[in-house]
Amino acid sequence: MTQIIWNGLFVGSFYALVALGYSMVYGIMKLLNFAHGDLYMVGAFVGFALLTSFSGFTATLSLVALLVVLLLSMVGTGLAGVAIERIAYRPLRNAPRLSLLITAVGASFALEYGMRIVAGPNPQVYPVRLGGSSVHVLGARIGVAQLVLIGVAIALMVALNAMVMRSRQGRAMRAIALDPVASRLMGVDVNRVIARAFFIGSALAGAAGVMAGSYYGSINFLMGFIIGLKAFTAAVIGGIGSFKGAMLGGVVLGLLEAFGTHYLGGQWRDVFAFAFLILFLTVRPTGLLGERVTERV
Amino acid sequence: MTTTKAVRPPNRPAGGGAGDAVKGVLRSRWIGPIGLFAGAVAPILIATPYAMNVMTSALIFVMLAVGLNIVVGQCGLLDLGYAAFFAVGAYTSGILATRLHWPLFATVPAVIVVTVLAGIVVGGPTLRLRSDYLAIVTLGFGEIIRVTANNLDITGGPEGIYGIPSLSVGGVDLGNSVVFYYVVLAIVACAVLGANRLIRSRLGRAWRFIREDEDAAEAMGVHTYRVKMAAYIAGAVWGGLAGVLFGAQLSAISPASFTFLQSALVLMAVVLGGMGSTPGVVIGALFVTMLPEALRGLSDYRYFAFGALLIIVMVLRPQGLWPARTREPERTARRSTRPTPLDSEVSGR
Repeated sequence: MTQIIWNGLFVGSFYALVALGYSMVYGIMKLLNFAHGDLYMVGAFVGFALLTSFSGFTATLSLVALLVVLLLSMVGTGLAGVAIERIAYRPLRNAPRLSLLITAVGASFALEYGMRIVAGPNPQVYPVRLGGSSVHVLGARIGVAQLVLIGVAIALMVALNAMVMRSRQGRAMRAIALDPVASRLMGVDVNRVIARAFFIGSALAGAAGVMAGSYYGSINFLMGFIIGLKAFTAAVIGGIGSFKGAMLGGVVLGLLEAFGTHYLGGQWRDVFAFAFLILFLTVRPTGLLGERVTERV
Repeated sequence: MTTTKAVRPPNRPAGGGAGDAVKGVLRSRWIGPIGLFAGAVAPILIATPYAMNVMTSALIFVMLAVGLNIVVGQCGLLDLGYAAFFAVGAYTSGILATRLHWPLFATVPAVIVVTVLAGIVVGGPTLRLRSDYLAIVTLGFGEIIRVTANNLDITGGPEGIYGIPSLSVGGVDLGNSVVFYYVVLAIVACAVLGANRLIRSRLGRAWRFIREDEDAAEAMGVHTYRVKMAAYIAGAVWGGLAGVLFGAQLSAISPASFTFLQSALVLMAVVLGGMGSTPGVVIGALFVTMLPEALRGLSDYRYFAFGALLIIVMVLRPQGLWPARTREPERTARRSTRPTPLDSEVSGR
């Protein structure tokens, strides 16, 4: 039982990390960034490339080196996110939402199959594998690596929350979320702030990608698709646009899946998650912590 | 297949030039018959098994695209799990045909019933959601159907169902590839025509109204929920019937045929062709199925190009290659001057 809860919390922290980026982009420009899950995949591959090129160092300093690689991959993925925003989303800023969503699907495909061209169709084995020692808490076996990863995830979330709630940049983001036109009139550089939001959201997804790669050990070019869906599900469950909601939703989804897997079997895990999403949305369309949105006409 | 009559709106100056000529061709009422004729003549020109196979697949894809066009193009509901309905149709008919040995045509009523139910099941709880939530929910539904088909015994698990009989009427086998092509051509032509009649009906105008402004539609007395549900069900039935043809063509189906990629390809056909325009969507579907065959050598770059193309088309030409008219000038003009019995029957209900 404790083991199930622990597994759920662990997976949930990945979901939460990816869901944060979803939620942030959605909150600011009301765009479902379909390619977000694929940025997670890009992050995993950037980390993979860095780790294989530095393989001499990683043998000795695995955890420290991994953190450095994590940071570098976050920067790389963040830049990829900014590039996507610039190429695929910015030209359509005033277009109908449907066309934006379709370019997002296009961006998702371009990332997946672009990575397939670069890295090949076969799964890659991560050079660093976090396994090793574990501690026993309340009857559950908890890996030290898991603890570290959860710690990193929580640190990143706290940092993001502080940034959005306290800093000038964060205030600009919240202002744009409320009313982009008024923000521009008040001297906010809307394009730049949105690009920055994309950078941060993508960097978080990239971090989750590297962490997942080093934990599960194998990555492939389609790994982002399903996690993107799950992260969106998490964001919706928590109330999309709300940071605390994204974190809460991630954890809830992780726990649900852990219990679903335990009682129904692993092959039904995704069915369970999506069925829950559909049912949940019919009962509470704004999510757990979401506010009721009044649509501007 | 024609969407408009080739009547010039009275308020537009009758200038000549190439633009008008193109517009005249695009609006000609002969486009449908010409396309049908081209489809009918094609096997006479090339009848290799490979060509027949590609052309039949393209026709089935046209049917899918026309069905999705009702949902996305007309009603503006983004459905990212359309392959689910395709799968529901293919599996229903496949299971009935292989386990209960029904002839394939006899499964059609059952397929219609099941796809309507599937449309209600997805649409019922979700159509009140806003567009992007709906998109993700349909995507989730697509995954649910695929994973379920992958894990159930009755659907044959990952291997799927094989040995699906080909179409036959009264003991006459229609399995020959050329004969089958003509049967599919006839069915798809009816489907395209049917979709077009729906689009031009009162219901079709309600769909477009919802696409343009849902709140205004609601305020004007359109029962948006019911009308959206109708679009969903129509799309589901078209997709399901395409699934029957698909099973008959390949004689085997497996979950691998109903992935998100398939849904996205149909969506691409609709968007590329021009959302809401029937001839555009048909061209888009042919384009999407024929282009990969033409680019066979580039197989690795195919889906990358696909994604890039989606972005490029959306950025440069958001209305698609062959867009629908956005206004309805002919209809109002015709009605104000010359009310015909047909008009009052179609729109005056």
